[in-house]
Amino acid sequence: MGVAPFAVTHEPLRVDDLMLAVGGPVEGGRPLVGAVTMFLGLVRGENLGRRVVRLEYESYEPLAVKVFERIAAEVREHWSGSRLALHHRLGALGVGEASVAIAAAAPHRAEAFAACRYAIERVKQIAPIWKKEFFEDGHTWIEGALADPDDRGAREDAYRRACA
Amino acid sequence: MRVTVRLFARLRDIVGAARLTRELPEDATARLLWNTLAEEHAGLVAYRDAVSIAVNAEYSKMNRRLADGDEVAFLPPVSGG
Repeated sequence: MGVAPFAVTHEPLRVDDLMLAVGGPVEGGRPLVGAVTMFLGLVRGENLGRRVVRLEYESYEPLAVKVFERIAAEVREHWSGSRLALHHRLGALGVGEASVAIAAAAPHRAEAFAACRYAIERVKQIAPIWKKEFFEDGHTWIEGALADPDDRGAREDAYRRACA
Repeated sequence: MRVTVRLFARLRDIVGAARLTRELPEDATARLLWNTLAEEHAGLVAYRDAVSIAVNAEYSKMNRRLADGDEVAFLPPVSGG
């Protein structure tokens, strides 16, 4: 059975699903995949000097999946032969849980690392997902980037970070 | 025409609803819809230049002309990851 390469889900993220989706180590092999990198973003128990007790994520789900597909298309433009899988968790997450998981497969390690880094930078720029931080004495919505998928400057910035 | 509005994160908190419907004149743009909501909910005004928009689950622009039955989502700055 195939695993969805792009998803938002209330279930805990499963590294094995992403590996399967990009065709990571398989018996018989995929002759053009020489490297898979994976990025996991975890809930950190501190932000800007305040202790964080949990996060809550929400998303505009149908658009989020389309944005993940768009990011994968951008990745293929930059690094031909690469494949991406991207899952983002929604709902309440405790400290240490994975909020986002990205797997990038490519012919060589440099492309796989760069594709993975590019993808997480683009998620932060344009994925319609929001997190609310809960502290011991309150909570606040985090507002980061103004999402504009056509902003070339943002895309170039993600590419620069990926190749730094 | 009648459109559905979707609101997320702080915008949802400000308006007090995740989803609502609005009656709009023909040829209305997303900007007109936003301005209508901002007149009803002063807290939205601060987001005038800090809101993204999607129509029928595709990113769009404020000058987009809306059609009957559209789903218009207003998105505050994102913070995934």
